[in-house]
This record gives sequence, C-alpha cells and structure tokens, in this order.
Amino acid sequence: MSAADNSIVVERLVREFQKGLRAVDGIDLHVAPGEIYGFLGPNGAGKSTTVLMLTTLLPPTSGTARVAGFDIVKQGPQVRSVIGAALQEAALDPLLTGRDHLRLQTLLQGLPKADRRIRTEDLLVRVGLTQAADRKVRGYSGGMKRRLDLALALVHRPRLLFLDEPTMGLDPQSRSALWEEVARLAREDGVTVFLTTQYLEEADVLADRVGIIDHGRIVAEGTPAELKSGIGRPSVHVLPADAGARPRIAASLARFGEPLEGGRDVAVRLRDGIGLADVVRAFDADGLAVDDVELRAPTLDDVFLAKTGRTLEGAAEAEDAADAQAGESS
Amino acid sequence: MRRTLRQPANVIPPLVFPVALMAVNAAGLQASTFLPGFPTDSFLAFALAVPFIQGALFSTLNAGTDLARDIQTGFLNRLALTPLRGSALLAGHLTGVVVLGVAQAVFYISVGLIAGAGFAAGPAGIPVLLAFAALVSLGFGALGSFFALRSGSGETVQGLFPVFFVFLFISSMNAPRDLMAVDWFRTLATLNPVSYLLEFVRSLIITGWDPRALTLGLGVAVAIAAVALALASRELPRRMTRT
Repeated sequence: MSAADNSIVVERLVREFQKGLRAVDGIDLHVAPGEIYGFLGPNGAGKSTTVLMLTTLLPPTSGTARVAGFDIVKQGPQVRSVIGAALQEAALDPLLTGRDHLRLQTLLQGLPKADRRIRTEDLLVRVGLTQAADRKVRGYSGGMKRRLDLALALVHRPRLLFLDEPTMGLDPQSRSALWEEVARLAREDGVTVFLTTQYLEEADVLADRVGIIDHGRIVAEGTPAELKSGIGRPSVHVLPADAGARPRIAASLARFGEPLEGGRDVAVRLRDGIGLADVVRAFDADGLAVDDVELRAPTLDDVFLAKTGRTLEGAAEAEDAADAQAGESS
Repeated sequence: MRRTLRQPANVIPPLVFPVALMAVNAAGLQASTFLPGFPTDSFLAFALAVPFIQGALFSTLNAGTDLARDIQTGFLNRLALTPLRGSALLAGHLTGVVVLGVAQAVFYISVGLIAGAGFAAGPAGIPVLLAFAALVSLGFGALGSFFALRSGSGETVQGLFPVFFVFLFISSMNAPRDLMAVDWFRTLATLNPVSYLLEFVRSLIITGWDPRALTLGLGVAVAIAAVALALASRELPRRMTRT
C-alpha cells in the first residue's frame, strides 16, 4: 500500500444530534499522508464528534469523508483495518494488566499467533511500560494509561492514527514523552496523525498543520507559522508598577495599537511600523513606571481570538459554564 | 473470564450468601416438612434449589455491571474498532458468566451433599443439573447484559437487583405451590417463571426424573435465554455503533 493512500479527505461533513444541535457543521478537511494535523478548539467545539465520525464510530448526518481512500460510511471495516485510535478517555479495563490488554488487542486484531507475544513486548518497550506490564491498569498513572492506550492503537501497525486529546490532564514530562512518540511515528513510520487538542502549545509544537474549530465550523487552517503570520502584528504586554497607574498606561499604550483584553497586564496589538522601543520611549516621556514590558509574537490563541472574538481559554470556560447550566436545568 | 475471576466481589458473594440463606431457611423452616404433602422430610433438600437461582441473579448483576463499565470507560468503543463481531463480544462476555455459574452450581451441590441432602436423580442427574445451571446463568447473564446495553449504566443494573429478588420471593422458593394456602400468592407463584426453574432443580434433588417438572423448567430456561439473548443482541449494535 502506498503512502499516498494515507490521507483524510472530508467534504461538508455534518453531524446533527437530537433537538437539532449541529456538533459538526459542514467541515472540509484534507490531511496529507504522513502529516500531523492538529485539530484545535475548546470543549464542545466538535473535535471529538469529528474523530468519532472519521473512525466510523458515529455515522455522519450528511457529507462525505474518505480515510485512507475508504468511505467512512460505506467501507467502515476497511477504514478500521488501517486506522488506530486513542479516544478521549483511555479506554482500558482497570482489572486487566497492561500486558493482558496488549495480548487481547493482538488477538482481536487478528495478528498471527507467533507475532502476538513479540508485538506485545515490542510495544511495551516502545511506550516504556515493560516494568509495569503485569500490574493492573487501575494502579497506573494518567500518563501510563495514555501510553498504554497509544500502544493499543498501534498493535496492528495502522497507517493513520487518531488521537483525541491524548495529553489532557498529563504532567509536562508525560506530555513531552507522548509528543516525541507521536512525532517519531509520523517521521519514521510515515503514519498520518489526526490529533485533537485544546492545548495551543501542543498544536504549535507537534502539528504540521492546524485546523481551528469553533461551534462545529473550521474558522482557520494552515501551518502554525502561516496562521500566526496571518495575524501579522506582535503585541506589547505591560505590567504596571502601581495598579493605580493602569488607566494612564492603558491610555498611553492605546496610541500604538488596538487594546487587547487581558488579565493582570495591559496589552495592545501594535500597529504596523511600531516597535517596542517606541512604547518604552513613550512611557519614559510620560513618566510611567512599569514592572515588566514584553513583546509577544502572535500565538495560536491570538489566531483563535482574531477568528472568533474569544480567547481559547475563555471559550472553554464559556462552554463549560453552558454545559453546567444545561446540566442543572435538565 | 480472567476479568471475572479477578473480581472477588463477583465470585465470593454468589457462593457465600445463597448458602448462608439456605442454612438459615433450612434451620428455621424444617417444621414445614410436617405439612401433609410436603415432598421431602428434609427442608435442606427442598431449599437446596434456591441457591442455584440466587447465584443466577448474581450473574445478572455481574454480567450487567461489567458490561456497563465497558460502556462507561469507552472499552466497548475500543472493541468496536477491531474486527470483532458483536455476537463474538457477547459470547465472550457471557462465557465468563456461564463458567462462574457452573462453578457456583458445583459448590452448592457439594455443600448440600456434605450437609446430608440426597440427590434423587442419581449420578446421571449431576451433569444435567450443571447443564441447567449453565443455561440459567446464560439466560440471566444475557438479561443483565441487555439492561447494561440499554441503560449504559452500572448503577441502573444494580438497581434492578431488588426487582429480581422479588421474583425469587414470589415463587415456590419456600413452599411447594400446591401447599400455598393464599390464593393470590399461589397464582403469582404459578405465573412466575422462577418457580419452574426452582422446580427443575428440586425434581433432580428430591423426586428424581419428574418429566413434567423437568420439561417445564427446561422450557422456561430456554425461553428466558432465547428472549434475553435476542434482546441483548438487538441492543448491542446500538451501543457498539460502527458503520
């Protein structure tokens, strides 16, 4: 099978739930073979629904998608034979050991008997679980569960890998280890990776290209560099030395660009041709004392803000609050 | 199977509680055997049928909660991504329940024989009893699986346990149906399929090869298994969705 078949092509994909809620609202995607595609968005944006459809676990309401050349509706078994998936919750049985899980998976995936033990041991080594292989999964840490989940997704040597928020809740070290493994899979084995995340850093570091999804629609797509350069201008963030001087600093900064909503600091997106030196000189001239001045290149959060009018963090909080309200009223 | 055996809570209570209840009943209700027409002079022999059905009720609970946990943890989704057929999943899941049911039956009959109960059907009745225990476990296990697949919640399955227990109590659990003096209770016990399951086992232990009791018990067990398997099989694709 040629690497050219490891693509994902999605056209006008829609998934509607009861009461007319459109979790995915007509998205188009093209993921090239061997590419790591980051699907970035807040909770409830439609990321997991998209993954469930592409992995054949949820039929779309309308639209089409081909994974590795196979139609996700008409050729489900063929799609499943070439993909691996680690869904949002590590789908593990707490009463089985890591080795039990891998042995079961090699059996279910139809690996020849002679290969099962070898593949199990190889994957345990690969994800660093050899020492813990015979412990029940209920005693594993979050990172260990995620690594085992990844190993299970790789048992049948898939050509495409779907990872739904694979590092959610992990400590930085475990996160970094998982990133390395995912990058290695794409780089050395040519595996196409479709990765959903709400971590900007993850998309930035890991993904060759990023699609930003909000309310079921893709609002931006490109390489992280392209997306950030599309925003264009850097921002200046100032931490006042005296909280009482905040309004004067904000007024001074407003001369150099458009104000940004922030937290503790006062920030503006600089107009073209304005540099950090201009800002500092203005503060000197106005006699304003500051604790810190930082020039920041645009981030994916800035892209999200520019495309949706909200920060990614703020969008997640809003979605969580809406979910909580819906839960209370139901 | 391995998972079933790794849960002491799935193995020990179905062995201990029914036997403990049988011991209490056998001691307290021995006087019932003086009733004219009571089929045996040992209430222990009469009560020995009850643990088989109680054990099967535990199978319902265990099979259901295990499957519900697979749904809740997403493990079922992982299985759905493999070439595994739904029927094979259900068969594998129920195999553990049936093996446990047969092991329970061996334990109950051993305890009964050691405690002095006879076995009227003779040695040939033992494999028949074990096969029946397997069939009842299969039926009740499939029923538990159906409720798990339908609700996706272990709590819901556990909440059904008292309902099943009511079926056991409104049956010929503690008295032969023809000796029940209260009409409405006798009617309910006659309508209750659990009575016929108990009477199948009781026939082998007390009266031997009673064709009527064996035929009715087997028919009810087959019907429960067939209906429960059909319901669980119909529900499985809804939970194990894949294109």
